[in-house]
Amino acid sequence: MRRSSWGFHLTGASLAILFLLPLLWSGWASVHTETGFGTENYQRLFTSASGISPRHILNSVLVSALTVGGTLLVSTLGGYAFGRFRFPGRDLLFLLTLAILMVPYATILIALYVLLGWFGLQDSLIGLSVVLVVFQLPFATFMMRNSFAAVPVELEESARVDGCSSFGTLVRIMLPVVRPGLLTVGLFAFLSSWSEFFAPLILLNSTEKFTATLAVVNMRTASHGSIDYAALEAGVVVMAVPCLLLFAVLQRSYVRGFASGAVKG
Amino acid sequence: MSRLAGVLYATPTAVLVGVFFLVPLGLLGWMSLHRWPLLGKPVFNAPTNYTALADDELLGTAAWFTLKYTVIITVLLFAVAFGLALLVQHRRPGVGFYRTAFFLPTVLGFASASLLFLGLLSNEIGPLARLGLVAGDVSLTSGSPGSALGSAVLLVLWRFAGFNMLILLTGLQAIPVEVYEAARIDGASGWQLFRRITIPLMRPTIALVLTMMTTGSLLAFDQFFILTRGGPDNSTTSLVMVIYREAFVRLDLGSAAAISVVLLAVLLVVSAVQLRVLRRRST
Repeated sequence: MRRSSWGFHLTGASLAILFLLPLLWSGWASVHTETGFGTENYQRLFTSASGISPRHILNSVLVSALTVGGTLLVSTLGGYAFGRFRFPGRDLLFLLTLAILMVPYATILIALYVLLGWFGLQDSLIGLSVVLVVFQLPFATFMMRNSFAAVPVELEESARVDGCSSFGTLVRIMLPVVRPGLLTVGLFAFLSSWSEFFAPLILLNSTEKFTATLAVVNMRTASHGSIDYAALEAGVVVMAVPCLLLFAVLQRSYVRGFASGAVKG
Repeated sequence: MSRLAGVLYATPTAVLVGVFFLVPLGLLGWMSLHRWPLLGKPVFNAPTNYTALADDELLGTAAWFTLKYTVIITVLLFAVAFGLALLVQHRRPGVGFYRTAFFLPTVLGFASASLLFLGLLSNEIGPLARLGLVAGDVSLTSGSPGSALGSAVLLVLWRFAGFNMLILLTGLQAIPVEVYEAARIDGASGWQLFRRITIPLMRPTIALVLTMMTTGSLLAFDQFFILTRGGPDNSTTSLVMVIYREAFVRLDLGSAAAISVVLLAVLLVVSAVQLRVLRRRST
């Protein structure tokens, strides 16, 4: 059963190189210029007419912040309700929340486009964020419900005896305890909203509302004929760096999220 | 008192699920029964949107292509991910590094990964072209139907193998060591351990991973929209690309809604069948 050690390392190392090479290559290609190495590709990325602007990065930051904030708020309250309280319709609502997973959003975005129009939220970063929050809910609510359910009831009861209100108990006693769950939920919400492509493509129309991902992809799709590949790789690096940094810092939360097995494919 | 508090805490979830999930779901069905232009008033025209689907040639091509792609990806991605999971299942020096390396592409957004591969496989700055592996001005991503599909498959394997590896890994590690030890004492070989213990006990995890792979591939969009642009000659146009084109290029939301409804129904059936098979096997 036990494979010889050098065979294992030979296979592992060659596969690891295969998986890492594209990442390393894009970093290299983003600084590689005709004359050697430099930041020219990045300058072109941010200055050319079809490129991206700081505005697009700001849009992405805004959408991510709203999505992370909204997801944490709704899933904390919802998770607390599902994990700790009994009320009519609880199980049905929880099932419906999980059912969002069964209906991939590519199929209902057409309807959401029309719906947001009725609310005056078409071509709006807020509208996009609300939609992204909804699609985070199954995983986030599931995660938070389990986090709250794992906390011993005695902890809450003693806070109540000391005169803490229900909401006060949630904020002061429970939130610190479920911090690992909150971190995981927040991390997933950030990564998916920061990189999301299909929802902004459908829900945003005007170029100045574009998120960075959409703007970078637009450099490819708007071009007829020649594509500025080097600037494109610079765009890939700009999009990837925040994700890689966050992953490096919060690797544990990330793995916990996957282990709970409720992530969208 | 406690009941009321629960209802209050659940209200934001209920509002979001109701307004931004259930209502659009109903609206999608309603839209599919109308001639619904992007601008202008909708007109009831049922069941034209549905009957027109049968005559839509591009839809037929796309459905066939999406099906073919789903089979290819499910088989290859499962084999690669399971292989990786088996390789790194035991703790030993170096394993942590390999796991991270395989997993790292998952951290990237899928759109970013698609753009990365667009450059990587291009004949202008791509290393393959520099090494002379790609002929002159023929691009891998748009040169021929075969190489375009191959490019997309390569991209998806790279981006999603680590993701599925991690889920399979948690399944592998949930199998108690004692089961293996007992079987080994009884003289079981490595292959027998794998066939008789690993596979049966992994069934729920395998079913989960396969369901995600199938539904994910049936909904493929980013890789074809960005990497191959659906070409050459619509040979890599997926179903979701047809929905997008119907709605925002041909400006016909009603017809796009009808395709969505059919696709949604197919996905629900696929998931239901897979869940039933899973349940029957595990009881």
